[in-house]
Amino acid sequence: MANTILHKADTRGHADHGWLDSHHTFSFANYYNPERMQFGALRVLNDDVVAGGRGFDSHPHDNMEIISIPLEGALEHKDNLGNTVITEAGEIQVMSTGTGVFHSEYNAYADKTARFLQIWLFPNQLNVTPRYDQTKINIADRKNTLQQLISPDKNGEGTWLYQDAWFHMGRFDKGISTTYNVKKTGNGVYLFVISGSFSIDGQELNTRDGYGITDPGQLNITALEENAELLVIDIPLFS
Amino acid sequence: MDTQQLHILAIGRNAEIMTVMQRLLNTPENWKGLTVTTNEAALAAFDQESFDIVLLCAGVTPEEEATLTAHFTQRNPDIIVKRHFGGGSGLLKNEILYALEHR
Repeated sequence: MANTILHKADTRGHADHGWLDSHHTFSFANYYNPERMQFGALRVLNDDVVAGGRGFDSHPHDNMEIISIPLEGALEHKDNLGNTVITEAGEIQVMSTGTGVFHSEYNAYADKTARFLQIWLFPNQLNVTPRYDQTKINIADRKNTLQQLISPDKNGEGTWLYQDAWFHMGRFDKGISTTYNVKKTGNGVYLFVISGSFSIDGQELNTRDGYGITDPGQLNITALEENAELLVIDIPLFS
Repeated sequence: MDTQQLHILAIGRNAEIMTVMQRLLNTPENWKGLTVTTNEAALAAFDQESFDIVLLCAGVTPEEEATLTAHFTQRNPDIIVKRHFGGGSGLLKNEILYALEHR
């Protein structure tokens, strides 16, 4: 059985709602592909572009760990936990939705596009008390290295969530190499190229390609372009 | 999916979310959904109506899931009982299609 799975960017699901242009790595909403349901506990990886002043009206979630990573622009978040905040590029938003949360997400600017990754993980605990967390990350600290954004550790670098998952991002100069070692035995790794191209253990990945590895060991990562940016999700293979 | 109507029972403790689920489960032409917030109401509904799928939503504990699943499958060995994640947003249709294809 193969221990890798390649999701080329142009094979993702696509929905253009006018105000929202979304690419789905995994089955979501009206995009249904039974071969693309999840990678372990990673269930949703949406690449969303939201028009100025537009957004998602209030809607519910439960029993999911929902991570938003703004790549460009900013989102205004409101929820029934009492939070009204703006999340911009360089910040990470995590919602542990547990027993249930209603929230809205709007492009914070009327005249600028917002681009963000919306990622959902199955939680390792059901029915937790909902929580919202937002953390500012120093983007300069990910230059030519993998910077931790999220972990299961409440006292760890970045923010935390209810899953044995670790998120790292790095922005690399062309030709720079690094390695990544899985954080927990039994976890897999899902890599998503935000921009540029990379070689991962010899597999070339381009912008918005995804690559899952079920027995990762030590990964050898090399940037093939200037300012190539990569998201690494270290994730339990079974939810 | 064929055009036969699909009967879905959803059990969850968050009344506001179940109100949204009620709407979502009755939106597709060939779906008919009923949502309840207690196990007692679920058991009563299951005795009175015929369902194809039961969705266990937020607030239902793993222990309750085991008890309810045993009850439903004893009454109807063909029933699909599935944990629903996400509160209706984004995953509901996928979960149901996948469950039907992999029953």
